[in-house]
Amino acid sequence: MSTVDIKRVVIIGAGQAGGETAQRLRQGGFEGDITLIGEEPLPPYQRPPLSKAYLLGDLSIDRLFLRPASTYQEERIAFLPSTRAVWIDRANKRVRLEGGREIPFDALVLATGARPRKLPLVGADLPGVHVLRSVSDVDAMRPAFVAGARLAVIGAGYIGLEAAAVARKLGLEVTVIEAAPRPLARVTSPEVAGFFLDEHTRHGVRFVLGGQPALIKGKNQVTGIALADGAEIAADIVIAGIGVTPETSLAQHCQLEIENGIVTDEHCRTSDPGIFAIGDCAARPIAHFDRVCRLESVHNAVEGAKIVAATLLGHEHAVEAPWFWSDQYDLKLQIAGLFQGYDRLVLRGVMADRAFAAFYYKGEKLIAVDAINRPAEYLGAKMLIQTGRTLPPDVIVDTSRPMKELVANAR
Amino acid sequence: MPKITYIEHSGKEHVVDAPEGQTVMEAAVKHAVPGIDADCGGACACATCHVYVDPQWVSKTGEASSMEQSMLDFANDVEDTSRLSCQIKITKDLDGLIVRLPKSQH
Ligand SMILES: Cc1cc2nc3c(=O)[nH]c(=O)nc-3n(C[C@H](O)[C@H](O)[C@H](O)COP(=O)(O)OP(=O)(O)OC[C@H]3O[C@@H](n4cnc5c(N)ncnc54)[C@H](O)[C@@H]3O)c2cc1C
Ligand code: FES
Repeated sequence: MSTVDIKRVVIIGAGQAGGETAQRLRQGGFEGDITLIGEEPLPPYQRPPLSKAYLLGDLSIDRLFLRPASTYQEERIAFLPSTRAVWIDRANKRVRLEGGREIPFDALVLATGARPRKLPLVGADLPGVHVLRSVSDVDAMRPAFVAGARLAVIGAGYIGLEAAAVARKLGLEVTVIEAAPRPLARVTSPEVAGFFLDEHTRHGVRFVLGGQPALIKGKNQVTGIALADGAEIAADIVIAGIGVTPETSLAQHCQLEIENGIVTDEHCRTSDPGIFAIGDCAARPIAHFDRVCRLESVHNAVEGAKIVAATLLGHEHAVEAPWFWSDQYDLKLQIAGLFQGYDRLVLRGVMADRAFAAFYYKGEKLIAVDAINRPAEYLGAKMLIQTGRTLPPDVIVDTSRPMKELVANAR
Repeated sequence: MPKITYIEHSGKEHVVDAPEGQTVMEAAVKHAVPGIDADCGGACACATCHVYVDPQWVSKTGEASSMEQSMLDFANDVEDTSRLSCQIKITKDLDGLIVRLPKSQH
């Protein structure tokens, strides 16, 4: 179908990716119908502050919203909150909602995100055991986030560690239980993980590495976690931060190709050319990396929205290399590129200064950076990756020359 | 409530109500002012909220932090009064603030 025939766009999932798609289509000049279906009661909002300022209590809820609730009506976007899509009829191009209503589409965008994994343990349903994905998750745990309370975080990924940092700031006692021998095992190098381990330890977080939770204890309320080796950790609040699974059930039922996420081409088109998939639920070819993968980041959600809007409007769009950030204590971690498959790591600056950058190389090629309190190194490396340039490792570590100058001379 | 004027690169003006305590980026995004992308939502991670503060207002908006300055060093078309709008907090003193937007954020 040519893009001029598209009069009705339906978006399932009103998270960051779905919300941005609706806005960008309208701002880009799309005049047809846009329907945005979201199962949560709130308009599309940003999740990053949930484990940062919002958990800390520093941010009111309306500041999480991508746009004020009123803009959807003003921009003629039919936003349906608290509404679940339950079926996709590909042959007749219709989406069925819970309750039976059907909405026809010319183009459909799946932006269904991901669901937090539940702990596969007895006691996982006890009050006091939480996941951290939505506003309602945070609102549920927030009253118990008081000085002196004992928090156990299961899983030392970025979200778990951010929650640990917030909890320490509020005066909770914090234990992080991680099955791997180090934190952040899937998302960064042992060197950078070691730095964060030291920082959290210095801030009073206790770590149980290689810890295997066996049972959540408690009668009417969680009281602790029993580990496989017999040890026990007392806890008033438990956060399960053991990752997410992409929400692909609708795509599965209508037989779209799925591999970890809903598989798409570089235009975010699924195996059905009338259906797109973006954000946490989808796996697309990552430009600059010659790899199809599913990413969980704001950049990836926004990028997907930009790609779909450009494709439907017939506009050009230059994709950006992946980027991500994480805030813990006074540390700002900024990541560009994908570090997987690196064979060499070099540091610019020293960890003891709490401001350094870890550059990841594959052969000669710079593939990623983890920059801690080093924004110039982050943006410089991002620019290099974006333009397919590199700097020799012995040059990039030379702190006597500013990053900007190095980047200007890179090839 | 303070008012802020955003002037697009094309010259088009947007005057918006800007609640105290929020940022100059947030007020623009909430009023759908085109030309401020703010992809990271104000986390000082994307540098797509670049603005030029009107020279008459520079003393009131204060100075960029070193984090912000380093980000700006890599933005396109940077000028002396360039700022990341997510790092400017709206106060009573900024009532009437004028900022101009760059040609593009990328
Ligand atoms: C606590 C936390 C902190 C984070 N911090 C960062 C960070 O610092 N930096 C960063 O880059 N990224 C961060 N992320 C990741 C980032 O927020 C996600 O990658 C992003 O939100 C993904 O957007 P999405 O729209 O794909 O999915 P989501 O935002 O999850 O939205 C999907 C929506 O679809 C709805 N939905 C699903 N199925 C249906 C259906 N059948 N019918 C109707 N609605 C449906 C869901 O309820 C949900 O509201 C963080 C995530 C979390 C949870
Ligand atoms: S909004 Fe991303 S740096 Fe300002």
